[in-house]
Amino acid sequence: MSKAIVATTSLAGCFGCHMSILDIDERILDLIQLVEFNKSPIDDIKTFTKQCDIGLIEGGCCNSENVHVLKDFRKHCNILISLGECAIMGGLPAMRNGIPIKECLREAYLTGPSVTANTEHIIPNDPELPMLLDKVYPCQEIVKIDYYLPGCPPTADLIWETLVALLKGTEINLPYEVIKFD
Amino acid sequence: MKTSISDIIDRYGNDPSRLMDILLDIQEEIGYIPEEINQKIADQLGISKAELVETISFYHFFSNKPLGKYHVYLNNSVTAEMMGREKVKQTFEEEAGIKFGNVSGDGLIGLYDTSCIGMCDQEPAAIINGVIFKDLTPFRIKEMVKYMRQGMPVNEMCRQNYGDGNNSSDLVQAVVSNNIRLKGTVVWDQYSPGEGLQKAIAMKPAEVIEEIKKSNLRGRGGAGFPTGLKWEFCTKAMETERYIFCNADEGEPGTFKDRVILTELPRLVFEGMAIAAYAVGAKSGVLYIRYEYKYLRKHLENALEELRKENLLGKDIAGRKGFDFDIRIQYGAGAYVCGEESALIESAEGKRGEPRDRPPFPVDKGYKEKPTIVNNVETLAKVTKIMKKGSEWFLSLGTKESAGTKLMSISGDCRYPGVYEIEWGHSIYDILEMVGAEEVQAVQVGGPSGTLIGPNQLPRHLGYEDLGTGGALIIFHESRDLLKEVVMNYTEFFIEESCGSCSTCRNIPVLLKDKLQKILDGHGVVQDIDDLLDWSKPLKISRCGLGHTAANPIVTSIQNFRHLYEKRVLRDREFETGFNLADSVRESCEAAGRPANI
Repeated sequence: MSKAIVATTSLAGCFGCHMSILDIDERILDLIQLVEFNKSPIDDIKTFTKQCDIGLIEGGCCNSENVHVLKDFRKHCNILISLGECAIMGGLPAMRNGIPIKECLREAYLTGPSVTANTEHIIPNDPELPMLLDKVYPCQEIVKIDYYLPGCPPTADLIWETLVALLKGTEINLPYEVIKFD
Repeated sequence: MKTSISDIIDRYGNDPSRLMDILLDIQEEIGYIPEEINQKIADQLGISKAELVETISFYHFFSNKPLGKYHVYLNNSVTAEMMGREKVKQTFEEEAGIKFGNVSGDGLIGLYDTSCIGMCDQEPAAIINGVIFKDLTPFRIKEMVKYMRQGMPVNEMCRQNYGDGNNSSDLVQAVVSNNIRLKGTVVWDQYSPGEGLQKAIAMKPAEVIEEIKKSNLRGRGGAGFPTGLKWEFCTKAMETERYIFCNADEGEPGTFKDRVILTELPRLVFEGMAIAAYAVGAKSGVLYIRYEYKYLRKHLENALEELRKENLLGKDIAGRKGFDFDIRIQYGAGAYVCGEESALIESAEGKRGEPRDRPPFPVDKGYKEKPTIVNNVETLAKVTKIMKKGSEWFLSLGTKESAGTKLMSISGDCRYPGVYEIEWGHSIYDILEMVGAEEVQAVQVGGPSGTLIGPNQLPRHLGYEDLGTGGALIIFHESRDLLKEVVMNYTEFFIEESCGSCSTCRNIPVLLKDKLQKILDGHGVVQDIDDLLDWSKPLKISRCGLGHTAANPIVTSIQNFRHLYEKRVLRDREFETGFNLADSVRESCEAAGRPANI
C-alpha cells in the first residue's frame, strides 16, 4: 500500500494542536509507516509539492494570509479536517469578535496603557504584513471542511484514532475518555 | 436636583430588594444613573457595587450616560416595520443629525431602538420621555424634531386627541387607542366591583380553589398551566407567608391585550388578585408591570386607592376578620425575559431578571423564597368573573379542552387590528374573516415564540388542544418577504432579549441569524437549511422558555415555508462560502491607511 500524504498547518492557533499530534509519542513511528508528510511544520516543508490525501488545520482565520493558506489547503487536500476548538469555533482569538477591529488596533497600537514605544502613532502597514480580518472566522465559514476533531487540544488518542480510521477505512473508535472535555 | 439620592433610597427603607424602584426614581430625577453615584447607592443599601451594576446593566431603560433631553425609544417590532418604521427612523436620523444609539452633540435628542412596546395595533410607535406617540410618519417626525428644538414640553408634542375610554381620563391622558373590536362575554361583560370577591369570601378558601379548578381555567399568558392547580400547589407549601403576583410584563411582540385590560378594568384584575390571596392565604401582592406602560401608573395607583377605600383591599377585607391583603405596583425597566415568572420575581427583588433553575417552582419558593403565585393579567380578570358567575357558566364557553374565552391581540395586515375577546375553538380562517384580512400569506400565532403557519393550516383552531396561544396574532399579506421582514426581525429580537445566562441561548440565535443572512445574501446551500434545523436543537436545554423558543421563527418557518428557503439557496453545489476577503479586511486597511486591495 502506498503511503498516504498528510499536510498540516497552524493558522490563528497556538500550536497546541500540533503539540498534541506529537503526543501520540512512539506511535509516531507507526504513523510514518503509514503516511508521508508534505507541507507541514513537522517537516518544515513550506509549499505543497503534490496533492495530499489529508489536511489537518489548526486555528481559525484571523488575517488575510490565514485565508490564503486555508484555501490552498482546500485545493491540495482531498480530505480537510478542522483540528481543535480554534479551527472549529474560532477559539480564544475569537474573543475579539465582539470588539470592532478598528477599536482593537487603536487599543493595541495607539491608546493602550502599555503602548510606550510607538511614538509615531503608527498602525502597522508594511506591505509584507497580512491584514487583520474584521473578526476571527472558523474554517468552515471559508472553505468546506470534511471532519471536525473537537478539543483544546484534541487528545493525541483522538488524532491517532482518526488518522488510523481514515487510512485503513475502518470505523473510528471513540470511547468517552477520548472526547470528554471536563 | 429636587430630591437627594439618599432621600430616594430612604423612601424605600434602604431595602436592596426595592432596587428597581430606587433606580427608576433616580433615573427619573437625574435623567440617568451616573457611575459616580454607584458607590454611594451601594453603600447606603449595604450591597456591593458589583451587585448594583449587575442590576443596572441588565435593563434596557437604565442608562449610565445622559440619554438626551428628549429621548426617543422607537419600537422595532415587525408590525412597526410593516407600517413604515424605516422611513420614520431615517427621518429622525436626518432631522436630528445623528444615528440611532446616539445623543446629539448639544445633548438635546437621543435616539434609541427598543423592542415591542405593546402598541402593535397603532404602529409605528415610540416612547419619548415616557410619553407614548403612535401612528408616526416622516411628516410628523419633522414637526416633532422642530418642536424639540423649540423646547416644547413633550406632552404638548402629540397633537392628537387622547385615546378612547380611560386613555383620555385625567390620570392617563395618552393618545393610545384601546381598539376594542369585539367585547366578549367574560372580561367585557358587566362588572360591578366586589361581587366576585364577596362570593369568594362566603366560601372556604379550599372551595374557591375547587371552583377555579372545576372551571378549567388555564394561564392566559401563553403557557396554559391550570390556574386552580397552581393555587393548590401553593397551599401545599410549608411556608405560610405567601405572595400573589400579577404578571403584566407582556413583552411578546404582537401582544397588547393586558394593556387594554389594565386601562379599562384594573379593578377587575386587582380583585382577582384578592380572590387568589383569600384562596391561598396571602397577605401581599405585587403587580409587576412593564416599564413601557409607565403612563398608566397614576391610573393604577388610583384604582388601588379606590379599592382600599371600599374595603376591597387592606385590613379585614369586605368585613371578613383577618382577611388582610394589599398590592403594590412594581415597574420593570425593559426586559422581555422578565415575563418568565422566576425572572419576574428576581427582578421584583431588585436583581437582574435572570430566570431561576426550576424546581423549586415559585409556588414553593418564589418571591423572597416564599410560596408565590404568578398569574397573568387576563387570568386574574377571569378569576373574578368565574367567582361571580360560577364554573359551570365558564365551562359552557369555548371547547371541551379549552374553557372560556381568550383575548386576542391582532395586528399586521388586516383592516381592523385591535383586541378581540372570542371563545376558544374558532379557526384561524374565522379570525381572518373577523378582522378583515385577505390574501394572507402567513399568520404568526403567539408572537415570535409561537408558530408561523401558512394558508393550508387556516382550518386549525385556537385552543390548548391545537393552537394554544397567549393571544398574539400577526397577519402577513402575500406581498411580504417572510424571511427578510419577519423571521429575521424575530430572530434579532431573541438575540437582543436573551439574558445571556445560558450559553445555548446566548450563542445559537446569533449563529442562526448569520446563517439566515447568508441565505438571504444568496450564498446559502441546501445544507444550510438543514444546519438551521440541527443547530436549533441544543436550545432546548436552556433554562427558560426564551431559550426554548428562540429558534421557533426559523424552525416553524422552515417547517411550513421550506419552499421560501429553497428558492433562495444554490441547489447546484454542496458548499458556498458567504465570506468575502475584500469586505472583511476593509476596516483594518482603513485603520492602517491602505486601500483594501488584498
